[in-house]
Amino acid sequence: MKKLATLATAAVMAASPVLADLVFPSLSYRTGPYAANGIPFADGYADYFTLLNERDGGIGGVPIRMVECETGYNTEKGVECYESTKGEGALVYQPLSTGITYQLIPKASADGIPVHSMGYGRTSAANGKVFEWIFNYPANYWNGASHVVNHILEENGGDVTGKKIALVYHNSAYGKEPIRTLEELSKKHGFELSLIPVDHPGQEQKSQWLQIRRERPDYVTMWGWGVMNQVAIQEAANIRFPMENFIGIWWSASENDVLPAGDGANGYKALAMNSTGSDFPIYGDLQKYVVDAGKAAGAGDQLGTVLYNRGMYAAMLAAEAAKKAQEIHGVGDITPAMMRDGMEALEITAAGMEALGLPNFGPEFAVSCDNHGGPGLGAVQQWDAAAGKWSLITEFGPSDSDVINALIEEDSAAYAAENSLTPRDCS
Amino acid sequence: MFYREAGDFKTSYQDDSQTFPIAFDRYRYYFVVAFAMIVIPLTINEYFASAVLVPFLIWSIIAIGLNILTGYCGQVSLGTGGFMAVGAYAAYKIMTAMPELNIFFVVLLSGGVTALVGLLFGLPSLRIKGFYLAVATLAAQFFLVWLFNRVGWFYNYSASGQINAPTRTVAGFEVTGPMASAEAKYLFCLAFVILLGIVARNLTRGKLGRSWMAIRDMDIAAEIIGVDPLKAKLSAFAISSFFVGVGGALFFTVYLGAVEVGEAFGINKSFLALFMIIIGGLGSIFGSFAGAAFIVLLPVLLKNIMVGGLGWPTDIAAHFEFVILGGLIIFFLIVEPHGLAALWRVIKEKLRLWPFPH
Repeated sequence: MKKLATLATAAVMAASPVLADLVFPSLSYRTGPYAANGIPFADGYADYFTLLNERDGGIGGVPIRMVECETGYNTEKGVECYESTKGEGALVYQPLSTGITYQLIPKASADGIPVHSMGYGRTSAANGKVFEWIFNYPANYWNGASHVVNHILEENGGDVTGKKIALVYHNSAYGKEPIRTLEELSKKHGFELSLIPVDHPGQEQKSQWLQIRRERPDYVTMWGWGVMNQVAIQEAANIRFPMENFIGIWWSASENDVLPAGDGANGYKALAMNSTGSDFPIYGDLQKYVVDAGKAAGAGDQLGTVLYNRGMYAAMLAAEAAKKAQEIHGVGDITPAMMRDGMEALEITAAGMEALGLPNFGPEFAVSCDNHGGPGLGAVQQWDAAAGKWSLITEFGPSDSDVINALIEEDSAAYAAENSLTPRDCS
Repeated sequence: MFYREAGDFKTSYQDDSQTFPIAFDRYRYYFVVAFAMIVIPLTINEYFASAVLVPFLIWSIIAIGLNILTGYCGQVSLGTGGFMAVGAYAAYKIMTAMPELNIFFVVLLSGGVTALVGLLFGLPSLRIKGFYLAVATLAAQFFLVWLFNRVGWFYNYSASGQINAPTRTVAGFEVTGPMASAEAKYLFCLAFVILLGIVARNLTRGKLGRSWMAIRDMDIAAEIIGVDPLKAKLSAFAISSFFVGVGGALFFTVYLGAVEVGEAFGINKSFLALFMIIIGGLGSIFGSFAGAAFIVLLPVLLKNIMVGGLGWPTDIAAHFEFVILGGLIIFFLIVEPHGLAALWRVIKEKLRLWPFPH
């Protein structure tokens, strides 16, 4: 065993060259039941950084080193990845898993490394006064829950009294996250909420959909991930549930989720927090510097898919924050603490996105000391099975901030009390 | 030459019945304990402590626990994950209800709670055995996970259903919570491993252990020679669950700090523990350590070599990890069906004769 330990130490040591570089760990998952969603995101994340390295020589002249670590969407492996990469000077963690995010919130706060859980993780981390190191801009689950309800309200002329909405959710911290908000909203708008959990990994959902068939809810919304999405959409098609009344969160919104159900998935709706498709100038550069140079991550076949774009979006936000941090502190080789300052001062404008070759890719927003959550804008997209593509059917709109802000205050205050934290002064 | 009984004279009964009758074995044991207690904490880095050694130690406790039940008493259990969850949730409830109680006692108490639950789920073993018992314990696994997911009281009604370990100290050093140092976590777990290892070793070679083994080898014969199957089976379930509960409590409080029952204590944990003792060796304390090392340390080592050393893509490395681990399991089971402990036993036999084989 001792021999194993020394061998492994040697292996770890050999992997860490001493150079000035910006380290972005990518806690990805390319294996297991969540790989279908993990691969495109990881590819997009990696390709954007490769592009910056190849085209611009990194960020502000400092090259980027991306350290990939396979988590398999498993929290224990996620912790192992965190421990093994944090020593290399990791600037920001984006674990793409709510479970791992929950693990990392206390650890990263203690170690002083920012975590960016973009549209996932602990929703109340939007309160920057309590969660100094955690960011979840541009939108969170509670915004998502509110967008779903808003869309249903819109379809029913603003009155959903007596309607039944079922939530099909991954039975984990991720899936349970929107329940609080939906319960509040059901009180406010008078709809009936029924909760239908699906256990990990969600390959077997016959009983859940039988329940839906029996209860006949007017709308079904879903917090699913990985293989659960595909199975749910297939099952919904099997029981002939009207697809236009089935609305998924932005994590149940990729091509990989709807394609297996074929024509049955036509009309399925899902939320979007960034634009889809490959109709952006940046794709020209990607083709030239990354794909044609043979440097694309993975199999290189995910370009332009929803989750590839989201991975790219995550990388873009990280790179922009790093740029901001370099600007604030006047040094190229930034530390995690400087990165945090950059993230807190991050401002995404339409002009800024256009300059990056991503016009109208996501909403405009600014992060501040007390608001780590961004504006929470979202839109609804619909799947067209014949054309094989998603199209936005609404504008990016706001969510019900009255309900959500109160809940965020409440939940972050509970976290602060649990961990005896005093909220920062942001004025 | 060095490894032999001859020349090592025992002058008292106590000496004669000690755990390691061979002097070389004894010194090796002292050396390993001293190395683990003194050298490792001084040299260890944070990654190795929190991501490699702490889980190895915790899994060793769990493997010893399951080995008592399955290896020594012959009762197959697939409920290990569920019992770990009992330990973890008991620790959480005790920690939040009694904040001033020392974490050391919290862990022991959680083990006690798990022992009671294990006793309850051990009752069917009095009537059924073999595969049927395995299915009954499987029911325990699913029931317990469902219970902790369903009833809000167990997770203090937190919105996400997660439980988080608050910060606790032992003698001024933080052992749980985000600020706990790697050395403190490691030593805290090591203390439990040594303590429970000694307890398990002495239990299994005493009267109780012999009654377990009698039940395992043939329950009717054991009953005829005067072993009470009710006492033997239920004590095995209770003590095994105590170990597993302690392991589960440490797994939650020290290792992960925040868990979600479905993922942290699912059915795959039960299988993992079972694989550990099958590969390590049924009915052997050393085998429990060897099995835990094989299942916990080897994947990390392989990953570090393939991704860190050779620079392979992470997905290929992850797949190769499965291939190599699976291949090694098959290899070991063919070469030595009684596990790594049997291999160790053969080495010891050879050492006794070395260098004069006749």
